[in-house]
Amino acid sequence: MNNTMIKVDNLTYEYTNNEDKTNIALDNVSLEIEKGEFVVVLGHNGSGKSTFAKHINALLLPTKGNIYVNGMNTQDEEKLWDIRQTAGMVFQNPDNQLVATIVEEDVAFGPENQGIEPKEIRRRVDRALEIVEMTKYKEHAPHLLSGGQKQRIAIAGVLAMNPECIVFDEPTAMLDPSGRIEVMNTIKKLNKEEGKTIVHITHYMDEAVEADRIIVMEEGKVVLEGTPKEVFSQVDKMKEYGLDIPQVTELSYKLRSEGIELPLDVLTVEEMVKLI
Amino acid sequence: MKIKIEGLNHIYNPGNPFEIKALDDVNLEIDKGEFVGLIGHTGSGKSTLIQHLNGLLKATSGKIFIGDTEITKKDVKLKSVRQKVGLVFQYPEHQLFEETVYKDIAFGPKNLGLSEEEVDKRIKESMELVGLNFTEVKDRSPFELSGGQRRRVAIAGVLAMKPDILILDEPTAGLDPKGRDEILGQIKHLYDKYNITIILVSHSMEDIAKLVNRLIVMHKGKVNMEGNPRDIFKRVDELERIGLGIPQITYLMRELRNRGKDVKDDVLTVDEAKIELLKYLRSNDNA
Amino acid sequence: MLKNITIGQYFPGKTIIHKLDPRIKILITLLFIFSLFFIDSFTPYLFVVAFILTSVGLSKVPLKFILKGLKPLLIIIMITFLINAILTPGEVLYRLGPVKITIEGLRQATFMALRLIFLIVGTSLLTLTTSPISLTDGIEKLLNPFKRIGLPAHELAMMMTIALRFIPTLLEETDKIMKAQMARGADFESGNIMNRAKSLVPLLVPLFISAFRRADELAMAMEARCYRGGDNRTRMKELSLEIRDYLALGISFVLLGIIILFRYFI
Repeated sequence: MNNTMIKVDNLTYEYTNNEDKTNIALDNVSLEIEKGEFVVVLGHNGSGKSTFAKHINALLLPTKGNIYVNGMNTQDEEKLWDIRQTAGMVFQNPDNQLVATIVEEDVAFGPENQGIEPKEIRRRVDRALEIVEMTKYKEHAPHLLSGGQKQRIAIAGVLAMNPECIVFDEPTAMLDPSGRIEVMNTIKKLNKEEGKTIVHITHYMDEAVEADRIIVMEEGKVVLEGTPKEVFSQVDKMKEYGLDIPQVTELSYKLRSEGIELPLDVLTVEEMVKLI
Repeated sequence: MKIKIEGLNHIYNPGNPFEIKALDDVNLEIDKGEFVGLIGHTGSGKSTLIQHLNGLLKATSGKIFIGDTEITKKDVKLKSVRQKVGLVFQYPEHQLFEETVYKDIAFGPKNLGLSEEEVDKRIKESMELVGLNFTEVKDRSPFELSGGQRRRVAIAGVLAMKPDILILDEPTAGLDPKGRDEILGQIKHLYDKYNITIILVSHSMEDIAKLVNRLIVMHKGKVNMEGNPRDIFKRVDELERIGLGIPQITYLMRELRNRGKDVKDDVLTVDEAKIELLKYLRSNDNA
Repeated sequence: MLKNITIGQYFPGKTIIHKLDPRIKILITLLFIFSLFFIDSFTPYLFVVAFILTSVGLSKVPLKFILKGLKPLLIIIMITFLINAILTPGEVLYRLGPVKITIEGLRQATFMALRLIFLIVGTSLLTLTTSPISLTDGIEKLLNPFKRIGLPAHELAMMMTIALRFIPTLLEETDKIMKAQMARGADFESGNIMNRAKSLVPLLVPLFISAFRRADELAMAMEARCYRGGDNRTRMKELSLEIRDYLALGISFVLLGIIILFRYFI
């Protein structure tokens, strides 16, 4: 039984900008993501993390190397729709990914494209709205909802396609704190209760604390990888990459440099309280 | 320039079933040279409030004074109000429209009817303030710059009006930590150098804690709390009830104090916490 | 200010009129308009009034609401009325200098005004009782037979849906950009026409850039959701005709019949 959801094999992506200069967005990236994993990809703007996300959904194709989604090569054109159905994608701007003027019609958009039976679509739409807790808004117009609610509708739209894996491309970047919490809770629920493989792209470190694994990208390369504790305890490196670390981790780091014996992999207030 | 708000009310869609009371009897005074943080849940009235301060929205009732001018009066010259009160909207890079960075920043000062030389001088100054290299960037199209740079061009466009009061609506929204720290650093520098009044709307308690010397909390169109951030962050329960929080580090110190440790709980930054904990650990020798 | 514009405003409800199949409602509206142009005397208008009032009553849309829709078009109706009243030759009823109002003119004018009013009321009843999405569905299905001669029925309907979806978003955006430019001293309200047109540049450029960016992102999001045109696409809500649809269509044909009867036989 194959347990790999996504396999990235020496992936390089180059593009030419307006001035005909070749830029390398992804530089020989290799990694694997297992089924059921909750992986967070951290990196600042321009680190290549969004380009990576778009490769999983075959929205971009590698210049060199390969990427496999559930064993399917994204360069295999015949598998394109299977790949997009297997790995759904949620984008950054909630306004620019909703198609229909009524919530439930929007959620139905994906399965309609897949050519699924009307009755089955109805069932999936109802179930997806229930999972994201938006059932009571099913007949609303999307433009009247809050940012967090719109993003949950976008998530429902992807869920209705029954994907095994969902790629989140900075879904919280444009939301207020309560919207971010709503979306993060939904994402965690999809992973824990629905067993979906999650690839979550973000630059908010607090969203990474609860991940199974963090991948840090910088200049198109994977520069750090490991559990949240392993990654955040590399305080110097994280700062060098222009990323945040939890305040308590930073505190612990600073106290250590004053000669206080404290572990570096403290991430939460509770852990810190026990240590002092 | 002092801001004085008296009994300000704003109702959207009055007399219509969609009527919303966005501001409900707001009374505030902000002194010259204050750095004020304005926080509140989305829909609490923050955006509506700041749009009144330069006359973009008309009050349903109440008065606003900017310096000695009552800007809520009918015959007030809005252009001069908008020069005095600079407002940087959320995602300000979405307002850029000119072919070059230079021309775009010139838009505001030109609207004020300033001379070419004065406009030129102001463009140089404001680009420097936001950390953009004048000779390198001025002739480039704003649309080929990076997101963070575009935002700085937009902020420079407001700074070039030389406002006495600068209002920034979530200037760091959507930026990564590095871009955020740069912009906040520039705002701090601007404040220290020119001692203008700054009102910063933000959702990030960490940023607020690092910068402001006074905090205004809005909820349901009313001023819910106001005062020094140290005092306000002590009222965690009240803040949480209206959907807000406090910095993680403040939570930590509070938790320690709740467990009987003798530490100050009105700590705002990691460095303050470090000093406080060092004192505690060394004096008790229980490290 | 911009938020008051509602395009194709829909008055939600669960009445029989709302439940009618959108295809049938579009056909009935077309039949109704067609009938109006057959009328050449006042008596058939009684049937039209009866038909409209019954439909409005069944739809539970307040009459006030429908009449409000006439307001912006009042000027056009009045101009039509005046032109007809003045320019129709016949027995002079009232004269003011070179302007004369004739009995025939008055009759003709009333006639045209009524036709316009019924036309507007009839079509607005369609948009008021049919949600935009089922309206586009209906149009798509009705146009489907023309696919064979190369009419892109699905694409047209998809464009309409997306336009409807993004109108409020873009209106909101317009408002924001306008305010941002006003904060930089822009003036959209004074000056002559040339100046005003020029003052729109700082509004229109960012608006178009944003619209293109949105289009780009939306296209990507649609692709990610397996969109590949209308072929092999299914719909969650399938349109199906029921007895009430046939009945409604029947009644409209009767109305047309009566009107034709009046025109040619009575």
